[in-house]
Amino acid sequence: MPKDSGIGASSKRREDVRFLTGTGNYTDDINLHGQAYVHFLRSDVAHGRLNKVDTSVAAEMPGVVRIFTGADFEGVGGLPCGWQVTDKHGNPMQEPAHPVLAQGKVRHVGDPIAAVVAETAAQARNAAEAIELDIEELPAVIDMKEAVKEGATKVHDDLDSNLCYDWGFVEENKAAVDEAFEKAAHVTSLELVNQRLVANPMEPRVAVGDYNRATGDSTLYTTSQNPHVIRLLMGAFVLGIPEHKLRVVAPDVGGGFGSKIFHYAEEAFCTFAAKALARPVKWTSSRSEAFISDAHGRDHVTKIELALDADNNFTALRTDTYANMGAYLSTFAPSVPTWLHGTLMAGNYKTPLIYVNVKAVFTNTVAVDAYRGAGRPEATYQLERVIDKAARELGVDPVALRRQNFITEFPYATPVAVEYDTGDYNATMDKLLEMVDRDGFEARAAESAKSGKLRGFGVNTYIEACGIAPSALVGQLGARAGLYESATVRVNATGGLVVMTGSHSHGQGHETAFPQVVADMIGIPENMVEIVHGDTANTPMGMGTYGSRSLAVGGSAIVRATEKIINKAKKIAAHLMEASEGDVELKDGQFTVAGTDKSVAWGDVTLAAYVPHNYPLEELEPGLEETAFYDPANFTYPAGAYACEVEVDPDTGKVTVCSFAAADDFGNVVNPMIVEGQVHGGLAQGIGQALLEGAVYDENGQLLSASYMDYAMPRADDLPSFQVDHSCATPCTHNPLGVKGCGEAGAIGSPPAVVNAVVDALQRGGHNVTHIDMPLSPGRVWQAMNG
Amino acid sequence: MYEFEFKRPGTIADAVAAIGAEEAQLLGGGQTLLPTMKQRLAAPAVLVSLGGISEMQGVCTDDAGRICVGGGTTHAAVSAATAESYPALSHLAGHIGDPAVRNRGTIGGSLANNDPAACYPAAVLASGANVVTNTREIAADDFFEGMFTTALNDGEIITEVKFPVPVAASYQKFLQPASRFALTGVFVAKFAGAVRVAVTGASEDGVFRWSEAEAALSADFSPDAVDGLSVSADGMIADMHGSAAYRANLVKVLTKRAVSAC
Ligand SMILES: Cc1cc2nc3c(=O)[nH]c(=O)nc-3n(C[C@H](O)[C@H](O)[C@H](O)COP(=O)(O)OP(=O)(O)OC[C@H]3O[C@@H](n4cnc5c(N)ncnc54)[C@H](O)[C@@H]3O)c2cc1C
Repeated sequence: MPKDSGIGASSKRREDVRFLTGTGNYTDDINLHGQAYVHFLRSDVAHGRLNKVDTSVAAEMPGVVRIFTGADFEGVGGLPCGWQVTDKHGNPMQEPAHPVLAQGKVRHVGDPIAAVVAETAAQARNAAEAIELDIEELPAVIDMKEAVKEGATKVHDDLDSNLCYDWGFVEENKAAVDEAFEKAAHVTSLELVNQRLVANPMEPRVAVGDYNRATGDSTLYTTSQNPHVIRLLMGAFVLGIPEHKLRVVAPDVGGGFGSKIFHYAEEAFCTFAAKALARPVKWTSSRSEAFISDAHGRDHVTKIELALDADNNFTALRTDTYANMGAYLSTFAPSVPTWLHGTLMAGNYKTPLIYVNVKAVFTNTVAVDAYRGAGRPEATYQLERVIDKAARELGVDPVALRRQNFITEFPYATPVAVEYDTGDYNATMDKLLEMVDRDGFEARAAESAKSGKLRGFGVNTYIEACGIAPSALVGQLGARAGLYESATVRVNATGGLVVMTGSHSHGQGHETAFPQVVADMIGIPENMVEIVHGDTANTPMGMGTYGSRSLAVGGSAIVRATEKIINKAKKIAAHLMEASEGDVELKDGQFTVAGTDKSVAWGDVTLAAYVPHNYPLEELEPGLEETAFYDPANFTYPAGAYACEVEVDPDTGKVTVCSFAAADDFGNVVNPMIVEGQVHGGLAQGIGQALLEGAVYDENGQLLSASYMDYAMPRADDLPSFQVDHSCATPCTHNPLGVKGCGEAGAIGSPPAVVNAVVDALQRGGHNVTHIDMPLSPGRVWQAMNG
Repeated sequence: MYEFEFKRPGTIADAVAAIGAEEAQLLGGGQTLLPTMKQRLAAPAVLVSLGGISEMQGVCTDDAGRICVGGGTTHAAVSAATAESYPALSHLAGHIGDPAVRNRGTIGGSLANNDPAACYPAAVLASGANVVTNTREIAADDFFEGMFTTALNDGEIITEVKFPVPVAASYQKFLQPASRFALTGVFVAKFAGAVRVAVTGASEDGVFRWSEAEAALSADFSPDAVDGLSVSADGMIADMHGSAAYRANLVKVLTKRAVSAC
């Protein structure tokens, strides 16, 4: 029986009422008295020496308040990187300075050179055009393999080279892996590109800085997934503002997909300028600006090799990846191709020996950082592509080859440093095959052939590590932050609850799902619970939302805090009922004493907590408010099996996705409707990557796909109606809800299914095509078929 | 966007007077011009809107049986008005952009702009339509002069377009995945005497007539008639969405499909 409230119910998303009726409060809706507007003058060349930035004419233009350049930030900190990777020789990565406004050089198209603050946005833009620049253009380094060659132009003159790090994982296994390849009965290798993507959240970035002259406090309103992280990074490393004098507010945020995790120059600028000018300063990104200033995603070039024995068991895996960092290190950039990627290379398979090499490279392009899935899509894609290729080479069924190599016993320690707690990969594969009617494929293929189309079937599995992350572990791996989550549960006298969470919702539905958990634990209606998030002034220090961590980590903190509330409430109830605490039970919002007819209601107890007339004041403080910090014991490991059927038009190369099925194991599910929505969105993004999206630079570092005229976003009619299932649940063993996380799965698991299906279609059609790089645009598919 | 003066004349004569001003530019539906102005790539001092000129609105049929479309008529209005009289034209107009674009954008603006990937130029050229301006009537074959260039003089206003109606016609548009303009589009129009084939989206010189196909189809109006022809990749557009060879292939594929659909 589906529940109609609490854990497991598809409660309607309460936040959607304001989003859909235009009453949300986004950062751009915030307008402060006396605010000025900033326009950033950005570099239109990819690489150049800044000989002169002359603002004298511009400064006299109408409405100009002040123009800032790199010189104004000389005594100010640069944008910090939150993760230090150690290379295969034990040395720290090369870490370049990242000034708020360019100093000395510009390093990518979009690099901010000057910031004009004026009375109106149009005046700021007009004046920015009057700034005289003398930029001596330098050769741009765009291609990663060229960038690391001897003698390549350096993006950062003060670094040794363009190589950020050369990472080997697990370096100690390298010799054994190489040896296994020598002994292998079969080796399949594949070179592929996981192309650069632009996140494109619906809401572009916005920042409003404010400074209170009376108190000396600074406030930043910003489109962030993690306001506390911004407060810490910007306060401590950039502007030198102690956290108690700095408030960061991320109100309603219209999507992030990772791109709003990072601390950006514009945030620091607005906070800095608001203080310098003693008036609020606002920046709203245009879509064009977003393309050249939001962190991009992916951009890996990989060679992967899979070794198999004579019985088709995987014996070793070896990968060689170039990962683009762009011109600067964005906040978590170094961790993405390493700890979020190398650790996932085992996938769902018991390959005993794995070696991952990653070279992170600086180029004259926009910085690259985490984007939905972050590292895990890159791992999944190459692994599931090479397995598919191996199955073809060996003439075996791709499903059978996968099944034969599945991990079946848990917990399972992979050779790449992580331990999967639970899973059942055969169960999700069984479910998937049931959903897709694989037996009916030949008939459908024959039907497609009648209209001249080639039909193909593609399948893959995925695993991801989410619920990020055990703090002590990630600290050892180079994280410069802890990755716990926090919650404060405040019960009001009349029984309603306010939950202040360090998680941040920018579309995920926390305001609906979190109350389901709390209401269920107490046995009260969900509408008695309100969620507060996004403001450092009224939430406990939390790490925000990314890496499918909010329910697994943030939700666990809420459970822990609610448990503390219930424990204390039971003490109060015991006093009111003159019973012993151990005998008190809480069910459906009623406290009872086992074996008696005594009972008090939830509201009686909460009232007593705040009107403590009849109250055990000697033993218990009044009030009912508790905080918990939850630091996970392990990552969580959602996994699943995905399948896709495509039709390829051989005349034009156009790929149509006919069906897409996803069987996921997310552990326990709090709100099935929200989970489905998350999977749908993830699939759209993953299929978008497979078929449509791609950021393209020319050799001079100009972004050619810098608008929707050329950057193809997935539209509803590009997608089929999805079949999704999450009934194969193996609950997480180490968090109190048994949940694993579902936010990124769709984007991680879907690209290989699509590409596998297209290759299958072409091969069935008699074309000897073994691989096509994404996006599988009609032009590329046709080119592959026609040499 | 920079500041500009806005004029909304009610007659063609007043528009002609207004467009004489320094740095004045005509405004149709603004679907091309306004984004360009927002990007600050165009900066007219005066915008002369054609939206208030009723004599440039609407669709009618003249004595010669031609469909006459007012130069200020929106794509949506054209699509609705020609559904029965010229279905291929109606279909083309009904598949330009999205509803917002179709309800603002005009035939005159599209033709004056002559985007190499635009749809209307293919219909006008394949139909052998005449473009009527405030000063003259220009045959389609003389109107299009290459990417974003036409026979129009500065300030010349497209007031009407006269389409002869073919016996059968079809427009096959292959979508550029991002913009959904024509990556390549082929309009085939079969008249009593001859067949005209116009191709948009493919050539670096903008819309063009594929004369070999016209000859072959005039002799034998069947998809197979095109089989033996080859389209050269020379001069075809190459970009991230498709190579020159790919576009050359599409020209042939879409021509065959258009013939089949006729
Ligand atoms: C999202 C989007 C999708 C689109 N998709 C397509 C598509 O699939 N296919 C397609 O063909 N087009 C497409 N377009 C372009 C659209 O059709 C435009 O409406 C058209 O190109 C320009 O018409 P307009 O009336 O908006 O002209 P405007 O933008 O107002 O003007 C364009 C130019 O024409 C001049 N002009 C305007 N009217 C006249 C006139 N009567 N006489 C002389 N000069 C004039 C103007 O001065 C200007 O130089 C798309 C546009 C958008 C924004």
